[in-house]
Amino acid sequence: MSVLGFHNVSKRFGTTEVLRGVTLELNRHDVVCVIGASGSGKSTLLRCANLLERVDGGDVTLFGQSLLDPRIDENLVRRHIAMVFQSFNLFPHLSVLQNVMLGPVHALKRPTDEVRVDAMALLERIGLATRADEYPERLSGGQQQRVAIVRSLAMQPSLLLLDEVTSALDPTLVGEVLELLRELAHEGTTMLLATHEMGFAREVATTVAYLDEGVVIEAGTPGQMLDAPEHELTRAFLSRVRS
Amino acid sequence: MASPVPTGDIPSLFSSRRRRLLTGRHSRLVSSLSTVVVLGVLSAIVFYAPGGVAFRHFFFDPHQMWIALVGSHQGLASVGKGIVTNVWMFSLCEVLVLIFGLLLAWVRISRAPVLAPLRALATIYTDVFRGIPILLVFIIVGFGLAELNIGWISHQTPAFYGCVAITLTYTAYVAEVYRAGLHSVPHGQILAARSLGLSQPATMRQVIFPQAVRTVIPPLLNDFISMQKDTALVSILGIVEAVQSAQIDAAQNFNDSGLVVAALLFLLMTVPLTRLTDRLIAKDRTRRLAGAA
Repeated sequence: MSVLGFHNVSKRFGTTEVLRGVTLELNRHDVVCVIGASGSGKSTLLRCANLLERVDGGDVTLFGQSLLDPRIDENLVRRHIAMVFQSFNLFPHLSVLQNVMLGPVHALKRPTDEVRVDAMALLERIGLATRADEYPERLSGGQQQRVAIVRSLAMQPSLLLLDEVTSALDPTLVGEVLELLRELAHEGTTMLLATHEMGFAREVATTVAYLDEGVVIEAGTPGQMLDAPEHELTRAFLSRVRS
Repeated sequence: MASPVPTGDIPSLFSSRRRRLLTGRHSRLVSSLSTVVVLGVLSAIVFYAPGGVAFRHFFFDPHQMWIALVGSHQGLASVGKGIVTNVWMFSLCEVLVLIFGLLLAWVRISRAPVLAPLRALATIYTDVFRGIPILLVFIIVGFGLAELNIGWISHQTPAFYGCVAITLTYTAYVAEVYRAGLHSVPHGQILAARSLGLSQPATMRQVIFPQAVRTVIPPLLNDFISMQKDTALVSILGIVEAVQSAQIDAAQNFNDSGLVVAALLFLLMTVPLTRLTDRLIAKDRTRRLAGAA
């Protein structure tokens, strides 16, 4: 079943064409890794999915419904699509627990007591339950990013967007975040990632897509894409990443 | 444990004696000492200046100060009563300014198409009221509104017009402070909140505003202190507040000690406010950096 679909999507910022006819499909339990150089349009593509950006051409569908329909409520869309950012974007004025509770309480209007129990269970899962009352600034980068991930999980989304979530991390902290994502992938979470982690892509992705200057050059299974890419541009990119 | 002074080609890491005196453990002693010296010199000037005796009599006569504060039997004014007027005026105005300033800032940063005409008006409003000296606003509002003769608006007390003028002027300032604070919240915070499905108002309430408030408290307080002092200018509308009372007292007794009393009363209000804000800021900082609430 199709969860998210990009259909010939284009997006401009001023005169710069960031996306030029991107078509990509995510079914339930898919883990799609979008790879490509900085500025290739990966983040913009993700942002078009949860309507942080509006596409200029083509269509984006969620559960087969066009997100360009004027009757679409963007807040409802975002309850189904959670997003995790490169720079965590935790709320510094709220405790770790409050960060996780904010969405369910204020967007879903669920009762606070019930949400607290769920949030504590999520923090327990990432081993940070004992630090629930601390403020994000006190946590390491890896811990902050894991809190950001469970903050998005607290919304019980149908799809998780992850925008280079390990790029801002100290190399020693990347592992703990990838470990959590690996678990989520094995549980069948539908994910769309913009990533530079080729090893991770090979291990968990169902599809790898290579994006170059706003165009999907090619897409396929990790084996195909990383070991035997057909396109010259993909090969060139991979050799640059690996060297 | 004191280590021996390094010799030979080992580089010395000790700071110089002079530097240690100014910045080291004894710096507190040095700062108290310099405070005493500065205050001593200032009082010496007042005491030993050629006109020192007259100066002290005219400005610091304890008896006259007391009379000015409580008011004499035949006197018309007392600074103590006058300051009450200042206090209730700025207390009321601070509340109004906090509310109207936020509304104005919200209109100015909002992108909602409905508010487009209001946005232009808000910009003009801010430009105008930040640009006109408050004394003129007092006169225009105080005498102008009464002159207009439009129902109840034109039949209010001078204190009412004074509050209107202060609120009009300071709303413009405070709106700009709020606006800067709201803009200071990183864009990623808005993206994160919106991505969680929070509506625009909920994002404002839960994420942007609480963070902006922390940034704006010091500049906001600055404006409040200056507003407290500007309440003295309502005397132009014939309101007998602290400074006006002191002037009346001075004219009656040929002594300016009442003005010093007024100055001290103003300090008594503004200094604790500043200290309180400093404490709030420090507390918020340690709370966020020290973790567990």
